[in-house]
Amino acid sequence: MKDPGFAKFVLLVNGAVPLAMLGWDAYWKELGANPVNSSLHVTGTTALVFIVLTLMVTPARKLTGWNWLSHFRRMLGLYAFFYGVAHLSIYFAFDQSFSLPAVVRDTLEHRYIFFGMAALLLMAPLAATSTNGMIKRLGAAKWKRLHRLVYLSAVAAVVHYLLIGKLVGPKPKAFAAAVAILLAYRVAAGRFAGIRKARLPTGSSAA
Amino acid sequence: MDIAVATTRPATQSAAGFVTDEPRTDFQDITHYNNFYEFSLDKESVAEMAARFISRPWQVSVGGLCRKPATFDLDDLLRIAPAEERVYRMRCVEAWSMVIPWDGFSLSKLLDRVQPLSDARYVAFQTLLDPKRLPNQNGGDLPWPYVEGLRMDEAMHPLTILASGIYGKQLPAQDGAPVRLVTPWKYGFKGIKSIVKIELRSQQPPTTWNAVAPNEYGFYANVNPQVDHPRWSQAAERRIGVGIRPTLMFNGYADEVGWMYAGMDLRANF
Repeated sequence: MKDPGFAKFVLLVNGAVPLAMLGWDAYWKELGANPVNSSLHVTGTTALVFIVLTLMVTPARKLTGWNWLSHFRRMLGLYAFFYGVAHLSIYFAFDQSFSLPAVVRDTLEHRYIFFGMAALLLMAPLAATSTNGMIKRLGAAKWKRLHRLVYLSAVAAVVHYLLIGKLVGPKPKAFAAAVAILLAYRVAAGRFAGIRKARLPTGSSAA
Repeated sequence: MDIAVATTRPATQSAAGFVTDEPRTDFQDITHYNNFYEFSLDKESVAEMAARFISRPWQVSVGGLCRKPATFDLDDLLRIAPAEERVYRMRCVEAWSMVIPWDGFSLSKLLDRVQPLSDARYVAFQTLLDPKRLPNQNGGDLPWPYVEGLRMDEAMHPLTILASGIYGKQLPAQDGAPVRLVTPWKYGFKGIKSIVKIELRSQQPPTTWNAVAPNEYGFYANVNPQVDHPRWSQAAERRIGVGIRPTLMFNGYADEVGWMYAGMDLRANF
């Protein structure tokens, strides 16, 4: 893809659709009996969708050879963070009545809040270092290492979702499975890369 | 822990707590935000899944340790006592609440009819088991049928009702048609829906949520803002259509029911 600009614009617009729909439903009072919970649910699951999409970019690129997919990774990641921040803001405003001490107490006392908070905090440095300038300043190797935090963040986000309900419903299970597969791919890919590297020096067949 | 509750049975207990003057939750919300896992795990999908549920003909068998066990056709059951309007707070264990105008009568009226024996110390309840009509019973989300239980004094308490209506209308399927239990000082899951069987027993009966997660849901399940759910706080609740408010001891019915738990460690017997 020579000029990904237009495709990126399409992604930018579409990524905002869940928020627009949420705003529309809120305006028309179509969020059901418990609008706070449904807004939390929409923003939380949308954040998870973007986390999963972000984690899909590299495997998809390697499996298909479509290297242009990597143009979209930054925006997908930023949208994950954006919906995470929206999720936290709704919780802070409507669930904890803007009380910081209440949020701190809730975070320390309840595991699912702790994991949710961890998922978002782990994403914050990634969002902050997402610009080209920051990549240059950190150096590619360091930047790459830092951005592996996304794996921890994804796991924390899934654990957060798994711990919420009375029972574990089908949606948290599906997200957990998706993240597990995408992380397993990386473990497997890393292992194969390791084997290839290990073989290179003694590669007798490479003559 | 120090919970101030009445330790003796109040003399004028009959009508206390029967009708709260708090604003009633909208009919739409009461009938479209339901925990009824036999239909769906999604509270906002239950109404749609339950739309074609047929609750007639219906029978409720009442037996066990009693002199006159009987199986009641629904119409006969509802004729045991005239339906009264009871406007109760309903506090879900998930930390949301409603104010619901039920139509029903005290369970004690039914139990009196079958004449419990002196060794009947508990009452066990069972929901209909019929995966054709309760489609999510085909899945394994909970062990089916749903079962619940009360101690005899709780079952005989005037606040404990069998409800067959809300807002003067026949009870919608998603709210537990045709007849369900309501115990307003306990978390909502104690209010077993679509009851087909009631049994008097000498031993504490198993209850579904307690069997699934004994560390999270006790047999008593009395609303208690001082004893958190292991995974979330019970100190406050979201009143549907209103907002966050503090949760009250025994859901605000401490004066009426506190005496039944005098001397009990409510942290151990949650």
